[in-house]
Amino acid sequence: MFISWLQGLTDVALVLNDDQEMLRDMARGFLADKAPVAQLRALRDAASADGFDRTTWAAMAEMGWTGVLIPEAHGGVAMGHVAAGVIAEEMGRTLTASPFLSTAVVAAAALSANGSADQQATWSPKIAAGAAILALAVDEGRKHAPAKIETKAERAGNGFKITGAKSFVADGHVADAFVVAARTAGAPGDADGITLFLVDKNAAKLGVERTVMVDSRNAARVTFDGVEVTADAVLGDVDAGHGPLERVLDAGRAGLAAEMSGVAQESFERTVAYLQERKQFGKVIGSFQALQHRAAHLFSEIEVMRSAVLKALQTLDEDPASAGPVVSLAKAKASQVALLAGQEAVQLHGGVGMTDEYEIGFFIKRARAAGEMFGDANFHADRLARLQGY
Amino acid sequence: MPDLETFRVETRAWLDAHCPDAMRAPLESEADICWGGKRWTFQSDDQRVWLERMAERGWTAPEWPTECGGAGLSTDEAKILKQEMKELGCRSPLESFGIWMLGPALLKFGTEAQKKEFLPPIARGEIRWAQGYSEPGAGSDLAALQTKADDDGDDFIVNGQKVWTSYADRSDWIFTLVRTNRDASKHEGISFVLIDMDQPGVTTRPIKLISGKSPFCETFFDNARALKKNLIGERDKGWTVAKYLLTHERAMIGGGGGGLFGARPLGGAAAQEIGLENGILADTLLRADIARCDLDGWAFLLTLERYKDEAKAGQGVGAKSSMLKYYGTELNKRRFELLMQSAGADGLEWEGERSNDGKLARDWLRTKGNSIEGGTSEIQLNILAKRVLELREN
Repeated sequence: MFISWLQGLTDVALVLNDDQEMLRDMARGFLADKAPVAQLRALRDAASADGFDRTTWAAMAEMGWTGVLIPEAHGGVAMGHVAAGVIAEEMGRTLTASPFLSTAVVAAAALSANGSADQQATWSPKIAAGAAILALAVDEGRKHAPAKIETKAERAGNGFKITGAKSFVADGHVADAFVVAARTAGAPGDADGITLFLVDKNAAKLGVERTVMVDSRNAARVTFDGVEVTADAVLGDVDAGHGPLERVLDAGRAGLAAEMSGVAQESFERTVAYLQERKQFGKVIGSFQALQHRAAHLFSEIEVMRSAVLKALQTLDEDPASAGPVVSLAKAKASQVALLAGQEAVQLHGGVGMTDEYEIGFFIKRARAAGEMFGDANFHADRLARLQGY
Repeated sequence: MPDLETFRVETRAWLDAHCPDAMRAPLESEADICWGGKRWTFQSDDQRVWLERMAERGWTAPEWPTECGGAGLSTDEAKILKQEMKELGCRSPLESFGIWMLGPALLKFGTEAQKKEFLPPIARGEIRWAQGYSEPGAGSDLAALQTKADDDGDDFIVNGQKVWTSYADRSDWIFTLVRTNRDASKHEGISFVLIDMDQPGVTTRPIKLISGKSPFCETFFDNARALKKNLIGERDKGWTVAKYLLTHERAMIGGGGGGLFGARPLGGAAAQEIGLENGILADTLLRADIARCDLDGWAFLLTLERYKDEAKAGQGVGAKSSMLKYYGTELNKRRFELLMQSAGADGLEWEGERSNDGKLARDWLRTKGNSIEGGTSEIQLNILAKRVLELREN
């Protein structure tokens, strides 16, 4: 049946609860005050070595955001994926640059689900305290393809020797450690044979090249030239990392979808405000039907996207094992709609939309980068189609 | 929650015990859909029995109060009933504009006497209703309607012509927008009145559509009489009732109340008709279109769910129903384009048993009306722009 898989998902009401609404209001106030779009512009113009503001990051840790997915036993607040998404969505509105996604969402999810007691005791409290940044090194080519990982981890002595090259590693240039997906068996294309490792940034023969991206955020190309790690560095089980990696990626994909939802909504609201005030031919341009219809269509797409994003976050909290399809639905839809919102924002702002001086142009850039990360709209549409048997 | 679980168990048991086997088979033709009304001929005893049993329980209009023919169920209970019917494959016992459109308007604007008179026969499927809104000169500009109702003692005398009156040739009564005040401004002089169609002054003529079928009629009023007591809401203030009813109509058309998301999954149909290569649909360009359409469909279904949950939490849907109408109907048109593309030449057959008399092609053509009826897509976008986004001249 067309809708059967959706009907099997959690039936939590598709609205934020009171705590989540409070968190949203608080996050919105904080980010508008401490980390508005102007902060991203300033970081860019100053060619900041970090690419984010450490004072803001410390304040986020103070509020518990960095520990949003970390169990209380390890110093976190364990508020779950909907809460993480609420924060990410607000960060999308202000385009706040921070290691929130790489560290507090992706790495925290990786540790909570797969970390040994020692690994969690070492890293989770540091993440929760805002004292450590971790980055996921998974992609190798231009497009996201986790099953096609080539980076090798060969057994050497009591441990492994990692050889390969990773790219598009978000926050890799400031990471204290990496979660690395490498192949311990099988050939590129095989799901089996992937293993996750925790690798310290100071490991010998590990190279990090910062890549400044179109959205003024940072990623890195990370090279492993025979990096030696002990067996303790394995995160989860050897050869059986594909499933766990997908679940870690799903946490990141849902977080990105939430961020893009914020990007889309904010650029849309700014555009509508512009249509209400800009005058041409003696009238506000929002009174012209050609522009009204574009805005109303985009409004509809945003509404539809928001439903998918919230459902994905709720499913990660309630029934993570079944979250894959709905996360792909959310990531695909949000990637599409955030980009559409960015494009419409520039077009409907006209000439000023093309200027660097106006902030509106920053939104399309982030939409493009966040849309590409961890699988673009086509990647996730393909994943869903395969799950449906076509 | 335990109460809802009990309700679910009991509902399933009742349905299982009372729904005839034949009423659990998928619909095969339009004759399998029961619309009720004085002139209805039941296709089978099972169809009649199923309607009677459900109506007696109030489950044809589950959320209506019991004194109005409903069962007084909560939204959650009604949702469970729907899910359990789906689970057991039970057909809908009754499709009805009375339930979908007139009912909500009567519950909001009708007097107690009007509710008690008109709602129970709707819920029992005894009276079939048509909608008299559009006119030849009043389509998208609905408030330009000219059908007039003149005062005559206890009655109005109605003269004029309505168009796109769904199944008016098979209906018993018609809820109609008429002009009761020609001096007032366009939106002010309209009244909402219920008219018995069983009188000499009312005639209907079917309109043949591009699908070859005639679900719509023209309806003519030639000195027809309407009782003044059958005026719904205040005289000259019918536009308020009309708009309220339209939000329900839009939610219904957009939300798939009429079975928009019926049993044909796009990917599955295409896989069967075109075949797979290396585990994916052999036509890769079609596959991409289908995958994107499916995505939008699922996200849209979640949006229906979200709006329902928001309504329960006290947030009104209001003008957002225009979004559902716009998105849902455009989506349905896309779906049928893709079904036709998957079916290829076979989908073009218009007659004969093999194609069930051209069912797919006729359904495809019928969907073209989805984005016109109940207010065109462009009108919905106008409403969204003006009422939700507040884009207007100032």
